[in-house]
Formats: sequence, C-alpha cells, structure tokens
Amino acid sequence: MTAAIVAEGLVKRYGTVTALDGVDLTVPQGTVLGLLGPNGAGKTTTVRILTTLLKPDAGRAEVAGFDVVRDADRLRAHIGASGQYAAVDDHLTGAENLEMVGRLYHLGVKRSRRRARELLERFDLAEAADRPVQGYSGGMRRRLDLAGALVAEPPVLFLDEPTTGLDPRARAALWELIAELVAGGTTVLLTTQYLEEADRLAHRIAVVDHGRVIALGTADELKDQVGGDRIEVTVTSEADLRAAGDALASLAAGGVQADAAALRVTVPVSGGAAALTTALGRLADGRIAVRDAGLRRPTLDDVFLALTGHEAGRQADEKIKESVR
Amino acid sequence: MNTLQMAVADGMTIARRNALKIKRAPDLLGGVIALPIVFVLLFAYVFGSMIELPGISYGEYLIPGIFVQTIVMSGQITGYTLTQDLQKGIFDRFRTLPMSPSAVLTGQTVSDVIMNVTSIVVMALVGLVVGWRINSSPAEAALGFAMLLLFAYAYSWVTAAVALALRKPEVFNNAATILSMPLVFLSNAFVDSARLPGPLQPIAEWNPVSTIVQAARELFGNIPPGAAEPAAWPLRHAVPVSLLWSAVLLVVFVPLATRLYRRAVSR
Repeated sequence: MTAAIVAEGLVKRYGTVTALDGVDLTVPQGTVLGLLGPNGAGKTTTVRILTTLLKPDAGRAEVAGFDVVRDADRLRAHIGASGQYAAVDDHLTGAENLEMVGRLYHLGVKRSRRRARELLERFDLAEAADRPVQGYSGGMRRRLDLAGALVAEPPVLFLDEPTTGLDPRARAALWELIAELVAGGTTVLLTTQYLEEADRLAHRIAVVDHGRVIALGTADELKDQVGGDRIEVTVTSEADLRAAGDALASLAAGGVQADAAALRVTVPVSGGAAALTTALGRLADGRIAVRDAGLRRPTLDDVFLALTGHEAGRQADEKIKESVR
Repeated sequence: MNTLQMAVADGMTIARRNALKIKRAPDLLGGVIALPIVFVLLFAYVFGSMIELPGISYGEYLIPGIFVQTIVMSGQITGYTLTQDLQKGIFDRFRTLPMSPSAVLTGQTVSDVIMNVTSIVVMALVGLVVGWRINSSPAEAALGFAMLLLFAYAYSWVTAAVALALRKPEVFNNAATILSMPLVFLSNAFVDSARLPGPLQPIAEWNPVSTIVQAARELFGNIPPGAAEPAAWPLRHAVPVSLLWSAVLLVVFVPLATRLYRRAVSR
C-alpha cells in the first residue's frame, strides 16, 4: 500500500510560539488517520500545511505524491478540504456555491452543474439547493462546506473538525458518508476533539499535543498502551472502599486505584469476565455492599488522559506528561 | 488551459460570484442604485436651489461631480466585501483549489466595474431628469464615460489595498469614510475650487478628484460658458492628467494589493 500523505519533521513557529515542533505522519492510501488533540495542540496548523495554506518553517510533506511547497499548484487539484468554519458564501445559493467550486477546479460549466446537483442530493440539501445559504442552519452549512470539498472527487480529503457544531443525527450521517468514501478508496485525514469520532472512524489515531505527535496507532493499540481490562466497583461508604480495595488486591494485575469522592475502586485485571465473577464473590464474602460493578476496556479518554495529563478538548493547567513512546 | 487562460476564466468565475452577491444583498445593492439616486436628487435640489451659475444650470454643473463622488463612495464596497470574505474563511477554500491566485482580486475589481457601470447609468438617467445634458460630441461623451470607469477601476484597487491592510470590516469602514469624505468635499465636485479660502484652495485644486471632475465636465460639455481658465496645472490639463492619475494608481496599487492579499491570507 502506498502512502497518500507523508509528513516528516514539520515545524511551524509564530514569533516565539512553536505551533508545530516536528510532526511526522504517514497515512496509507484508502485509510483514515485521526489527529486527536486539545485546542492549540497543532492539529489545524498541520492540516493548513498539508493543504498548502501555510508553508512549514522546517520539514517536508507530500500529499498524493506532490510536495506541499514545491508542487503546491499541482497538488491542489488532488485534494479537498473542509475547514472548521464553514467556508460558504451567504448570498449565493447552495447550488451556486458548489458550481463555483466546480468551475474553480476547472471541471467545466456542465460538469460543475451536474456535480453540484449530485452532491446536494447526497447531502440532503436538494430542497434548499436554490435558496441563498443565508437561510441555512448551522448543520446545513457544514454539510454544504463538506460537499464543496468533494466536488472534484479528490483522492485525498482533509477534514478539520468536521462534526463540530453538528447535532447527533447529522454527525451520524456524516460518519456514514466518510466511511463510504473511504470504502471507495479515498484517503482521509481528519482532526477531532471527539474521542468517539476518532474511535469510530479512524483506522489509526495520532495523538497530538504541544505540536508533537506523542502517540500513534490503532484505537486498540493505544488502549493497550494504557493497560488491559479493569474492574470498577462502586461501594456505599468510605469504610467499604478500603475493604473493597483489600479484598481485590490479590486479583490486581497492576496498581489498585481508589477514588474517595466517587467511592470507586479501579483494579486492572487480566482474565476478563472470569476475574469479575471472582471479584464479586470476594466482595460478597467480605459483606461489602456494592452499588455498581463492571468490567471495562480503557476508553480513548483514558488514553488521552494518560498521554497528555489532561482531558481531550480541555487545556489543563498542570501538564503531567508520561512518555509512552 | 495555460496560466493566462486560467487566470481569465477564474477571474470571471469570481466576478460572477461577486455580481450575484451584490444582486442579492440589499445593503450592497442600495449602495449601487439607491445611493446614487439620493445623491443626484438631494444635491441637485438642495444645492441647486441656492447656487446659481451664469449661463448653466447648477444641475448640469453638478452631475459630473456626483459621478465621481459615487465612484469614490461605492469604492468602499470593494474593500468591505474583501474584509468580510477575510473574516469568513472563504479565501481558505479558494486557496486550497487549483485556481489562479490572482483571480480573487481581478474578479473582485472586475465585478466592481459592472457595479460602477450600473451606478453611472442610473445616475445619468436621473441626471437627465434633473436637467443634466451632454453638450459635447458622442466621441467626447464616450471618452468621458470610459475615463470615469477607468478611474473607478483604479480606485477599486486602492480600496482593496486599504481593506487588505486593515482586515477588519468595521475598522475598514471607518477609515474609508474618513478618507473619502475630504477627498470628495475638498474638491471642485460641488463648488468652484478657485473660490475656496486660503489653504483649502491648493489642496482642492491638486486633489485627484477635482481633476477627474474637471475632465468629466470638459468631456460632457458641462463647463459654464465664459468660466475663467483654471489656474492650477492639473485642472488646465484635466483629461490627460486624469488618465495619468488612473495609470499611477494602477501601477502602485495593483502590486501592493496583491502583496497585501498574500500576507493577509497566509497567516
């Protein structure tokens, strides 16, 4: 499989602020890479460099076989981009907006017109096609903007936070559409603050923080880095919290964590459901009242917290960085 | 498609987009059609009732001044549209497309010509109603309209450069108003600049707006009969100096606006 996107050591500085501090990425053709990170991590800067909007201060990148700086002009015919802010024209109708994009891709008048109608149909905007965008809802604008990125059926697609501001139904529809495109061979790089989105859509996830890729892998690989299954038990009193911790200590495959505020004990285990049965038996033997108990896989939230020291989408004050690489 | 064909085709696509925008936006359309009508009627009747010129109606003297005033005032639309587009991220979309990078500004300024043609036709028609007449040959009159449009086109590049330097719509609007008011009123558009007091007189006489207005009056035959030959050099050679002004504005502001555009979008 050839790589549709390759970036090596991308650096971008704004004055004294280093927005990108050596980003390396490889995205094989026909796959989705999710760039995951908090605000200001460097996701958008990375996308802006790869879509030729910004020149890197150091490093190099190739998209669809074209260098993003030297071959920028030719590269643009092979990409589609949809930004964080819906870049559509208020006074133009939905159809006119897409036709204009088609013409600027030099598809010709007829083909631009046909393609606009196709996309409006596909994005559920056919009814609003001939109304000025001014009257569109936020979700409709996002859909139109995304349709704009698809006008020339580009082999490589960049989506910067494509579902921010969309309602759950529109988000699900968009996910389905992206999955369809990828099944048809399109390569997608998307940025997101939503772990669920990365988990659902991306073949591989690059966690970005402070302008660097701090972890890269499939969702499962990243979760494995944080640890395997864990049992979570919520008790009814603080005394029981300690008792529960003691009762389960021998099952633990790692350190037992007790959260006094939530009255919850978390125990890393190996052995899955059988371990949960054993644990429940021990708790019953110790006459410990259990409010809730369960076995769960670490979520990408756990991965994110462990990697960056803060939750996704939030810039925590204290940065406890654990290097996992 | 070669580079030049692409630049022309893309420029036309952008011009078409801007023309549609103006057609749909009531505030912009007001600037193109309603404002010129208001200017002609207001100045012709308010000033016209007070000011008397020997051998010519004030309306006739005034209309060339209104033409230029409207060109300067509606030149703000160019800049305003650009600042709004800058805010909205539409230029990001354009810059990820395989289009000619020059098309954004050429398209914008070309659509302004269409806008200016509309305004001038409206003003000329309303002008005829309030007493304006063309007293020159058809060739001279045609040259008069062509000269006005050339100046309008050059002035679009000036406001484009100012807009791209200031970048925020509100900031631009304030600056443009502060800039255009003295440009229009410290001129011979409404009064004879030779009769202005002391230090205002040379400023008005050397103001490019005065030169354009004087040239338009000459070409449309709206100079009061028996009026004294203007003393100031640019007014004595109004037609060639007008063309020179437009050429200078283009030579300075086309590259400047292009550079400012590149700077404004690549941040």
